[in-house]
Amino acid sequence: MMREITYLEAVREAMSIEMRKNDDVYILGEDIGVYGGAFGVTRGMIEEFGPERIRNTPISEAGIAGAAVGSALTGMRPILELQFSDFITIALDQMVNQAAKIRYMYGGKGKVPMVLRTPSGSGTGAAAQHSQSLEAWVAHIPGLKVVQPSTAYDAKGLLKAAMDDENPVIFYEHKLLYKTSSAVPEEEYSIPLGKADIKREGTDVTIVATAIMVHKSLEAAKELEKEGISVEVIDPRTIVPLDEETIVNSVKKTGKVIVVHEAVKRGGIGGEIASMIAESEAFDYLDAPIKRLGGASSPIPYNPELEKAHVPQVSDIIKAVKETLNRA
Amino acid sequence: MQLTKEKLLVPELSNDKLIDLYKQMWQIRLFDEKVDEFFAKGMIHGTTHLAVGQEASAAGVCALLTLEDKITSTHRGHGHCIAKGATADKMMAELFGRTTGYCKGKGGSMHIADVDMGNLGANGIVAGGIPLAVGSALTAKMKKLDYVTVCFFGDGATNEGSFHEAVNLAAIWDLPVIFVCENNQYGMSGPVKEMTRVENIADRAHAYGIPGVVADGNDIIEMINVTDEAIKRARSGKGPTLIEAKTYRWKGHSKSDAKKYRTREEEQEWRKKDPIKRYKEILIEAGILTEEKAEEIRLAVKQEIEDAVKFAEESPKPTLDDLLTDVYA
Ligand SMILES: Cc1ncc(C[n+]2csc(CCOP(=O)(O)OP(=O)(O)O)c2C)c(N)n1
Ligand SMILES: [Mg+2]
Repeated sequence: MMREITYLEAVREAMSIEMRKNDDVYILGEDIGVYGGAFGVTRGMIEEFGPERIRNTPISEAGIAGAAVGSALTGMRPILELQFSDFITIALDQMVNQAAKIRYMYGGKGKVPMVLRTPSGSGTGAAAQHSQSLEAWVAHIPGLKVVQPSTAYDAKGLLKAAMDDENPVIFYEHKLLYKTSSAVPEEEYSIPLGKADIKREGTDVTIVATAIMVHKSLEAAKELEKEGISVEVIDPRTIVPLDEETIVNSVKKTGKVIVVHEAVKRGGIGGEIASMIAESEAFDYLDAPIKRLGGASSPIPYNPELEKAHVPQVSDIIKAVKETLNRA
Repeated sequence: MQLTKEKLLVPELSNDKLIDLYKQMWQIRLFDEKVDEFFAKGMIHGTTHLAVGQEASAAGVCALLTLEDKITSTHRGHGHCIAKGATADKMMAELFGRTTGYCKGKGGSMHIADVDMGNLGANGIVAGGIPLAVGSALTAKMKKLDYVTVCFFGDGATNEGSFHEAVNLAAIWDLPVIFVCENNQYGMSGPVKEMTRVENIADRAHAYGIPGVVADGNDIIEMINVTDEAIKRARSGKGPTLIEAKTYRWKGHSKSDAKKYRTREEEQEWRKKDPIKRYKEILIEAGILTEEKAEEIRLAVKQEIEDAVKFAEESPKPTLDDLLTDVYA
């Protein structure tokens, strides 16, 4: 049987394997040295790779993001660990106005092969400024790729692909998934960016879910199975590029679709996925309106019950599936 | 007022006020120690940052502020909050996520604010409060109000662009703001000595053409004296001052911290500079306080914190309807 490791270990392992092979790869970020990173992802890495390649930085998100972009442009392959994805607000100018556009603006000259890894999501009680899911912001920017692994296996393979990519990749790690485990091969492997994964096959309804919502959707699917409802769960794994084909084919098969993410529903990536389905040939196969589930239109509250109520739960997904089936 | 042979207190403060400050330092310490206990037991969710060991800067800086004056605070903000007049019951209720908390249970430890008392809020974004303080000072200037704004932040925050941009703005506009850097030697795990090339954070003031003052952040009398001068400067339209309070946090950065980046010896050295103990000795030598009275004060504060916990526990939780309230004004 294949060994199981955690999502967190999978991320670390992917980076360590790469760093042993390629001297151009280095990590920079706040508290990634002896502290091991706010969530412990880089624990032990400074001991193996030293402070030159595990660069513990001052608290300067704009500066370190720009330094990553500039060093990528000149031949390094940086991995930037942003302590919480909420702080992308501070790094965003460098990512959006520089990293994403440099190659295009310069007429195809230069490239920015870097990965910005960052933990996102709520559920830890860290409140409004440490719990957001802002992936739709970066997905809106041509020139950036956006990855959201939901399992340890995917995390390792997708991070390998992100590190090999010649473009800036924003790699979202969900805080609540760090401690989840799955079977992960010891050797290196790559999962191509833009290839969705059907996490569960089904025939009655398609759920397209990202990050932690993949797990909630799988739980909902299990419950619904008891009532004879067969749910297909698709994890796009990367929202840019988006594997439209896998989603469209599934919707053609089931005729019903629900898109679920943790990020605020308004302006979230679910709107993009729903529109893509509506514009595709799957439209003619739809038996019910496309449904979206996402976070409430409020900042993330501190109180644990309110925090939970902010994001879709298994019961919300079950309810949405039934509503969709009733409208078919 | 000459308190002891070594200690001169520049501004005039009554003995009652001086004793009040002693009590306040205990309120800050015992509140945070109680919070520490609750986190260790898993009774509060989320995270917290404790200011045990840093009581003198919060209490000393706020000692001279009026109700109209304002502060901005940080993630390590319970002490600032108490020093600006917040009460332990509503703070504890906030940490318990109850509607009686300062933020109706929606903010938690990192976001306690008490706008009516001039506390514009703790902040989860490092250096996030610094430009806000400058804006608050700009209001005072434009509306010709004579309040000052005190801006608390850590050593780590001074490596953010926000710090540099905001201090420069305050300098060129001569704003009534007092920047107080609580240099506790680390920004999370980053030692200040490795994260900057300047000897003192206060040296950074020179780059913006404003005074920078280094103070012993564990000596409340010194903190009061330097703040007095900065406030006078601010109120008379001469602009901002950067005060650096050299201090140390006794606890870890946040609830989970193995403290691998510092030594136990270093921690012991700093514990010897306990700001509460030092202040007590000064007050006793000055004949303002006795050991017995000091102990009475500590015990009274202890009870106050227990009462705050009871208040928090008995307070109502928000209902799901509260999720969408207060998003817009
Ligand atoms: C913009 C931003 N970057 C990083 C963090 C994570 N973080 C929270 S507190 C902290 C250290 C702050 O150090 P300092 O300013 O010295 O304050 P101290 O914690 O020592 O009181 C860090 C890195 C954050 N909250 N916001
Ligand atoms: Mg500090």
